[in-house]
Amino acid sequence: MQFRSVFDIIGPVMIGPSSSHTAGAARIGLVARQLFETEPEWAAFHLYGSFAKTYEGHGTDVALVGGILGFDTFDDRMTTSFHHADKRGLRYTFIEEKAQPEHPNTVRIRLGKGEDVLELVGISIGGGKVEIKELNGFALRLSGNHPAILVMHDDRYGAIANVATRLAKNEINIGHMEVSRKEQGKEALMVIEVDENIDSETMHDLTMLEHVRRVTKIHD
Amino acid sequence: MFKNAEELVRIAEQRSVPISEIMIEQEMEAYDRSREDIYAQMDRNLEVMEQAVERGVTEQVQSVSGLTGGDGKRLHEYLQTHTPLSGELILDAVSKAMATNEVNAAMGTICATPTAGSAGVVPGTLFAVKNRLEPTREGMIRYLFTSGAFGYIIANNASISGAAGGCQAEVGSATGMSAAAIVEMAGGSARQSAQAMAIALKNMLGLVCDPVAGLVEVPCVKRNAFGASNALTAADMALAGIESRIPCDEVIDAMFRIGQTMPSTLRETGEGGLAATPTGRKYQAEIFGK
Repeated sequence: MQFRSVFDIIGPVMIGPSSSHTAGAARIGLVARQLFETEPEWAAFHLYGSFAKTYEGHGTDVALVGGILGFDTFDDRMTTSFHHADKRGLRYTFIEEKAQPEHPNTVRIRLGKGEDVLELVGISIGGGKVEIKELNGFALRLSGNHPAILVMHDDRYGAIANVATRLAKNEINIGHMEVSRKEQGKEALMVIEVDENIDSETMHDLTMLEHVRRVTKIHD
Repeated sequence: MFKNAEELVRIAEQRSVPISEIMIEQEMEAYDRSREDIYAQMDRNLEVMEQAVERGVTEQVQSVSGLTGGDGKRLHEYLQTHTPLSGELILDAVSKAMATNEVNAAMGTICATPTAGSAGVVPGTLFAVKNRLEPTREGMIRYLFTSGAFGYIIANNASISGAAGGCQAEVGSATGMSAAAIVEMAGGSARQSAQAMAIALKNMLGLVCDPVAGLVEVPCVKRNAFGASNALTAADMALAGIESRIPCDEVIDAMFRIGQTMPSTLRETGEGGLAATPTGRKYQAEIFGK
């Protein structure tokens, strides 16, 4: 079941004109922003399929930039996001890609500030609902609709158990979990969707665990 | 948990409750939320819909491209001065559906039902039928849960995205959802709701997504208009006891398969159909200069 909530169908409340090309795009941008944790200096948007063909008409570009600035789908500032980006010193570019994507509404976002770069692939699956398919080269499935934590860790035994145990101790229930790695014994990524928002104490606890490199949270 | 229309109807019949109730309870269970909390969220969505309709029928809204705006208001005024041939209630729904989509095209605030491009049908029919059936506020909120229940089935078994399934997946879905909700508000049975949904969606099968200049304007606004009138007709047919020979779930499956075989030029790329007509191309050139 890709759609779980009635509010995925009757909703979201949003600035027009397109749920998949405007609201969905804003949400993908917002997830990228939350994962980057700080305001980037530059953003590059690689657009595929229907996104590449119609992004200007649908305000996909405006919405992506709005999301990167932290605006939600119903934010009045959305329509003037370019203006806000200029004012806040965010540089942005759009690249129309010719390659046929798996899903017609696909965007690859690259964000950067100084040395830090984040790369994410998101798809907009309809009605404003989105999925994140790839993060910094890791394949993953993240809806962006639930609070979630991303844990970059060493691919060692016990790393997953440590994180799960810590969450259990702090009484946080795991709704969905995925682990992926690029190469055995190297860097790996845990994606954990949870039922409630995660407090800063839990975040800190997770960061202190053995084999854990970096912990990021995405909240509703 | 219901997976398809047949299960949804069966649960509603076994428990002798309306479809809206099944959807509300499922939402409460899936997210561990109270009924009040869920009602309040849907009430806010309803408010947004109400404001969009009101704005669209009274203000001269216009999109940035200039392609759409003002037709919902035009029809609303026509209704005050003329006796429409097709029926007052239908045209009232049509004007409100258009009004909502014009507000959407003008980058105004709307509630997606199930998408922004198809956001006119559900509120358009709701605020027209409301004047006839005079429901309570709760009745109006339930209308949205019933629409949502059928939209939920379509989204999980087929698609509600024009890029994936064409306009049949957007305005087609919205039309079926509305037809089912109208039946419930008018006192019809759960089975009749599913029949209305099937009858309405059957008539939308094959509808392509071919927006001029890639904008959610032409033909989207007018397709919402006809979605609203189809929904009312399908609801009346189901309330009269007419049944769809093809069951609701099979119609949804047919819609999915048609969407899969639809060429990408007709799935929200702005490359085929009306978008590819000489006039469609001319508008694109004027608006984007390419």
